Amino acid sequence: MAIDIQKVDEIVFGYEQSKESLLPILQDFQREFSYVPEEGIKRLSDIFGVPESRIYAMATFYKAFSLVPKGRHTIKVCMGTACHLKGAPFVVEAIERELKIKPGQTTEDRRFSLETVNCVGTCALAPVVVIDEDYYGGSTSENIIKNLKRYT
Amino acid sequence: MEHTKISTIEGLNKYREKILESKKNELPTVFVCGGTPCLAKGSRQVFEAFKKEFGAQGLTGSVELGIKTTGCQGFCNKGPLVAFADKDIVYMGVKPEHVPEIIEKTVKKGEVIESLGYRDPQTKKWATEYSRIPFYGHQKKLVLKDVGQLDPAKIDDYISRGGYSALAKAFSMNPDTIIDNIEQSGLRGRGGGGFPTGRKWRSCKAIKTDVRYVICNGDEGDPGAFMDRSIMEGNPHAIIEGMIIGAYAVGSNQGYAYIRDEYPLAIENMKTAIEDARGLGLLGKNILGSNFDFDIKISRGGGAFVCGESSALMRSIGGNVGEPRAKYIRSVEKGLYDKPTVLNNVETWANVPLIITGGVQGYRKVGTKGSPGTKVFSLAGKVVNTGLVEVPMGITLRELVFDIGGGIPKGKKFKAVQTGGPSGGCIPESLLDLQIDFDSLSDAGSMMGSGGIIVMDEDTCMVDVAKYFITFLVGESCGKCTPCREGLRRMLDILTGITEGRGKQGDIELLEELCDVLKWGALCALGTSAANPVLSTIRYFRDEYEAHIKEKRCPAGVCKELITYRIDEDKCTGCTVCAKKCPQKCISGEKKKPHTIDASKCIKCGVCKTVCPFDAVIVE
Repeated sequence: MAIDIQKVDEIVFGYEQSKESLLPILQDFQREFSYVPEEGIKRLSDIFGVPESRIYAMATFYKAFSLVPKGRHTIKVCMGTACHLKGAPFVVEAIERELKIKPGQTTEDRRFSLETVNCVGTCALAPVVVIDEDYYGGSTSENIIKNLKRYT
Repeated sequence: MEHTKISTIEGLNKYREKILESKKNELPTVFVCGGTPCLAKGSRQVFEAFKKEFGAQGLTGSVELGIKTTGCQGFCNKGPLVAFADKDIVYMGVKPEHVPEIIEKTVKKGEVIESLGYRDPQTKKWATEYSRIPFYGHQKKLVLKDVGQLDPAKIDDYISRGGYSALAKAFSMNPDTIIDNIEQSGLRGRGGGGFPTGRKWRSCKAIKTDVRYVICNGDEGDPGAFMDRSIMEGNPHAIIEGMIIGAYAVGSNQGYAYIRDEYPLAIENMKTAIEDARGLGLLGKNILGSNFDFDIKISRGGGAFVCGESSALMRSIGGNVGEPRAKYIRSVEKGLYDKPTVLNNVETWANVPLIITGGVQGYRKVGTKGSPGTKVFSLAGKVVNTGLVEVPMGITLRELVFDIGGGIPKGKKFKAVQTGGPSGGCIPESLLDLQIDFDSLSDAGSMMGSGGIIVMDEDTCMVDVAKYFITFLVGESCGKCTPCREGLRRMLDILTGITEGRGKQGDIELLEELCDVLKWGALCALGTSAANPVLSTIRYFRDEYEAHIKEKRCPAGVCKELITYRIDEDKCTGCTVCAKKCPQKCISGEKKKPHTIDASKCIKCGVCKTVCPFDAVIVE
């Protein structure tokens, strides 16, 4: 997938050239492109004079980053303790069956990416599924499939 | 208010008086909870309805003053919550259509609308006063006092409630006296370990250096914990004020706030607060004419649980992979960029202004001798009332779970309470009268942790819980040291075997041995404490492990390989819902007659149990 190198430059030059800026730049890449593109890493390495391997080390260590493009909608199923107890595993399995993907994968039509996350901090609504910015509390294997239909 | 720099303590007092003066004769401000659970339940729409109705009813005063979104007001499962400035009234489950009546009666006339309050499930009586609602009545709000009573994005709100007066007082004190005060107050790190904060500050100050740093740890990564998030979202200035005082005491000019990137609102509110404080001259050069310079940078985390560990966090700020280092190098000597560093957690920083304002004696009035003050907990799991609570240290688990939490839903039996997240353990019913403080929780094989409290009922399998935490830790282990990287994997293998019916004699002992290696051999505190979920469940629920291993039975009916789904013929009405929804199409039966499940095809997905309106699906 071709990415806009101008956007990459905008992000990179928006920060002070120090090691401290690496993590926020990668976060901005992720937000802008829905993944950390190879071109971005190369460019960042050139401008900052930091080896690519170091940037890859960070991009693979931190959970927030993906090296492959994500779908148009991201489904985050909370696997926090409260959600686990209240049936989050059933919810993930139902989504897996419906979309035929596993956590960490994206549907072929790039409509959805499925992720399991550790805790979104809204334990009172357990089990919680976050689709893009929308929080769905009290999710079940039943109602979550209906909610998926809202996203195209 | 117009924002010009305040250059003296007197100027701050005058500024506060001016805000209070401008608020006189206003109608009481309405506070709509903007915590994430309330937002998910529609509090944004309630807020908009208030804004519209204020205009429609032609109320005096600006709309901005009359209605505010606040941080988490606590009683999350009853949201959206609405409160009123300086009034002992809270409304729950508020919908936009309630708004005109609320303005008409409560805002204009001060009348109470009982039916928007809390209804006691036993007595069926309504209550709208905090003191009469058990969830709030048993709490002691100090750190959270202002959360829910101010707009976190408005520095004037904080100042008008006495904010930054602790800082003004601190500037009139000798930095060493401040450290003495923090030490004598007995404040202990709220992030988990409970290390004495004053001692940490003193050790850092004792090192001769040109640069020192202070850091706020807001990388709340424990599953089941959202206290720090709520403070950052709900009252960011309390944290900043604490950090300035700390920096002044130890002699640091640069601070960092490391916040999880998964908490966008917390980052936004902290950012606004830092900018506003800078705008008023409360951060920056020569703060309040004290000759002291200090500023704070925000660092966003990358979603790694291990970065909650102090040395990993510091490496992450510096633009590295967040791997911890050996504990014998103390961060108060060599922390961020190898400079002496004081790192405290969000809640710890928010306690600092309380100690300076109220004095050591005042602070120690609450809590126990060894653990003074309060603790904020997030209460969740199989409990009726869920949300954010602040209680005095020394309260018992029973009070927390049954008085504040309202007990277990659906008449189920209490089994355990899990504290401390993946570093903590499960505490059984026999220890419900245990006092909550740093030391008694550790003695019971758990730990305070950052304050997640997860309640478990009879339907919870304790082996599955242990497996859950070890799965989490395997995924989050940074991989630097062998006991954690390899040991956890082997533990997970064994636990998976037990839950899948392949458990054998000697598994429990082997688990205990691996735990022992982890405890003594892991590099960082997250590794050494990773044994707790397994050890505590073995210690208190050994019989459940044995049932899995010897009888190949999961007593709680959770572990898939050891259970079967069956339909209760007496309860089944033959409504056919389950048969329609079954993804395996393995439920059959005639309409209006009891159905049956073909166990050979069943994948135990639980769909039938979820959809059955008659509770007729039995797990055995």
